[in-house]
Amino acid sequence: MTIDIDLPPPSKDYRLQLQGITKQYPGCLANDRAHLNIRPGEVHALLGENGAGKSTLMKIIYGVTRPDAGVIYWEGEPVEIADPAAARRLGIGMVFQHFSLFETLTVAENISLSLPKEQVRDRAALSRRISEVSDKYGMALNPDRLVHTLSIGERQRVEIVRCLLQDIKLLILDEPTSVLTPQEVDQLFATLRQLSQEGCSILFISHKLNEVRALCDSATILRAGRVSGHCVPAEETNHSIARLMVGDDTPVHAEHEKTTGGEDYLIVENLSVKTDDPFGVNLESLSFTVKAGEILGVAGVAGNGQEELLAALSGETVVLDSPAAIRLLAQPVAAMTSGQRRKLGVGFVPEERLGRGAVPDMSLKENGLLTGYFQGLTKAGLISMPAVRKFAETVRTRFNVKAPNTETHAKCLSGGNLQKFIIGREILQNPKLLIAAHPTWGVDVGAALAIHKALIELRDRGAAILVVSEDLDELFAISDRICALYVGKISPIKETRETTIAEVGGWMGGDFLESSQPAPQQAVGA
Amino acid sequence: MDYDLIVNILYATVRTGTPLILVALGELVCEKSGVLNLGQEGMMLMGAVIGFIAALETGNLWLGVTFAMAAGLMMSLLFGFIALNLSANQVATGLALTIFGTGLSAFVGSDYVGTPLVGIEPWHIPLLSDIPFVGRILFSHDPLVYLSFGLFVGVYLFLNRSHAGLALKAVGESPQSAKATGLPVFKIRYLAVMFGGAMAGLAGAYLSLAYTPLWAENMTAGRGWIALALVVFASWKAERVLLGAYLFGAFSIMHLVAQGLGFSVSPNLLAIMPYLATIVVLVMLSSDKARVKLYAPVSLGKPFHPAD
Repeated sequence: MTIDIDLPPPSKDYRLQLQGITKQYPGCLANDRAHLNIRPGEVHALLGENGAGKSTLMKIIYGVTRPDAGVIYWEGEPVEIADPAAARRLGIGMVFQHFSLFETLTVAENISLSLPKEQVRDRAALSRRISEVSDKYGMALNPDRLVHTLSIGERQRVEIVRCLLQDIKLLILDEPTSVLTPQEVDQLFATLRQLSQEGCSILFISHKLNEVRALCDSATILRAGRVSGHCVPAEETNHSIARLMVGDDTPVHAEHEKTTGGEDYLIVENLSVKTDDPFGVNLESLSFTVKAGEILGVAGVAGNGQEELLAALSGETVVLDSPAAIRLLAQPVAAMTSGQRRKLGVGFVPEERLGRGAVPDMSLKENGLLTGYFQGLTKAGLISMPAVRKFAETVRTRFNVKAPNTETHAKCLSGGNLQKFIIGREILQNPKLLIAAHPTWGVDVGAALAIHKALIELRDRGAAILVVSEDLDELFAISDRICALYVGKISPIKETRETTIAEVGGWMGGDFLESSQPAPQQAVGA
Repeated sequence: MDYDLIVNILYATVRTGTPLILVALGELVCEKSGVLNLGQEGMMLMGAVIGFIAALETGNLWLGVTFAMAAGLMMSLLFGFIALNLSANQVATGLALTIFGTGLSAFVGSDYVGTPLVGIEPWHIPLLSDIPFVGRILFSHDPLVYLSFGLFVGVYLFLNRSHAGLALKAVGESPQSAKATGLPVFKIRYLAVMFGGAMAGLAGAYLSLAYTPLWAENMTAGRGWIALALVVFASWKAERVLLGAYLFGAFSIMHLVAQGLGFSVSPNLLAIMPYLATIVVLVMLSSDKARVKLYAPVSLGKPFHPAD
């Protein structure tokens, strides 16, 4: 591992070189004299925590954002990249984390929007080229499909093929694996290796260290906007790379005991929900239980019914025709509203922090009141301000929320801090059942560990917890039992100790449906 | 009902529907780019009054039409500056534009109320207008009506067949993605807003120079609002905008005819009919929520901050 001060001078040996890139946003120095060197055909990883400046650096390379200072060299020549079109003319392509696709248009229409006009006159020829390229790299695609009918993995292929249709020399991928099943990841890596052998450089942004070590030739690590080191990932351990990412004083790993839980607390039996969203997924007779004192992890690639399941469990969707499809102990609750369910001791941590978990323009105090008003925060129907302030203050201090005071608006907090506040707010109400969606999505390592610890403590106090997440590493770390959702259907449920990432990954891709025997019934009853 | 009456009703339907088509097509393009401009009524009134004054003072009706479109365009630029450059709330800005246009047009036109003007004459298209029935209904109008046919075809092809239309729809669905793709979001939205303004001005000119050649305060009588509703109920499809506008025109005429024939129904009830019938038909057409969602511009009315 090296932290080299001597930068290589601009040279033809490098495809892309960044030197002294600085970008200041109001109140935040996103990049501080960052540098980067990528050779032709090299697979280079850009690593760092959320907020370390990875996204800003990428946007600068792709011409979405202009740097305040610094020079970009392309094949040894200094260049100005004014906009994405200029980046594409150089041969730079980018696959975004939140895809930049238009759902109501077809694959071919989406691709044609980013190509020069001369190339899109002949639509039939364009469709042929799309099929050729997608076949060559093993990414089957039908050019005439509407994008909203595609799976997330297929949408990513559209983005990649869109880049490959140009004469591409550098492909940037922003956390491309966070939305894929492990099997899809393998497929993607095969494509990327093929590209790199053909001489295309690849800049791979990720915080999944195993993947970086498997794929990348070299890595640049960012911390708080500055380059904190370089390494050859294959020669390092996850632990040594994580150290470079988070600094010396933060713990980067924790082990949690597994338990088996007590009686069935949440019982879901034959829950079917039809969605009225054309981009949604129908839930098809889901059955599972969550025991008091255990964490059930629900894996799955985004868009496989997680939103619909969470809405049904939280009460945002009420299931009027079969109130017993969801029960707390013996009490049917499926027809109850979220408020009624909260009174019974259910807590929710929704997926969207701003807008659902918290009101952006309200203070932490007021956001605490929003779900905590059963906790003695009102007197004779009127809000008791001292009690509200005390409640929010307790959440802030107990869960180490970095905010000046409880008058701070929710939107001013970083994602990790707001998430700690929301989880703390729910946990302090001592829920008997906690439903948490993507509890550490976009949260840095330190905050993620704190959130996991809080969940484990709540479990050990006897609460039933259901965690929906796309991050398999997280689910394996904290859940006692694990299952997966695939197109609105639930996989078998296994104890985490007795399964493997590969098996759950298979469930996420739907392989539990292919076997002709019905799924084991261990989930129901007990 | 006799043959002549039917022909006359259908002929009047086309005339009555034309201003709605003009303004609604403009608003359709504007909304497809994700911009909701509620200032249609104000832009139409400014078009009507400026067009009328220009035609009267210069004696040239077509110069009047040009000035009307320019007036609508100027109004839309004002909207564009506030709603796009300054990222202000589009609903509030549009409402303000309507109030502003209503007042300003009354002020500018106060000396011209009741002044007579010979309007744009019908132009019978040779041969086509001799076709029985259809010829009289479709091809014996003033040139602005023919222009509205052409503009409909143009907008339809633009939205459904052209690369530029694809870019416009992309901007309306997700300006963030469009920007990342390299589309000039601002420019596209500005052009769409300007097109909407020019079309509203043209619709105003049609009212004050062809439909009823005179200027009266507030002479658009809510047509700008009806056009806005048409676009929504037509689920953002050009062909349904056309259908809705003619439907509205037909029922407007029907209620005059019914009164003329001496039906003993309250004229107020009859006056509701065009609104009611148009909404009922378009609601039925757009009752499939899932399909509507495929055509509605997702980012409609949301300001776009390029820094995001």
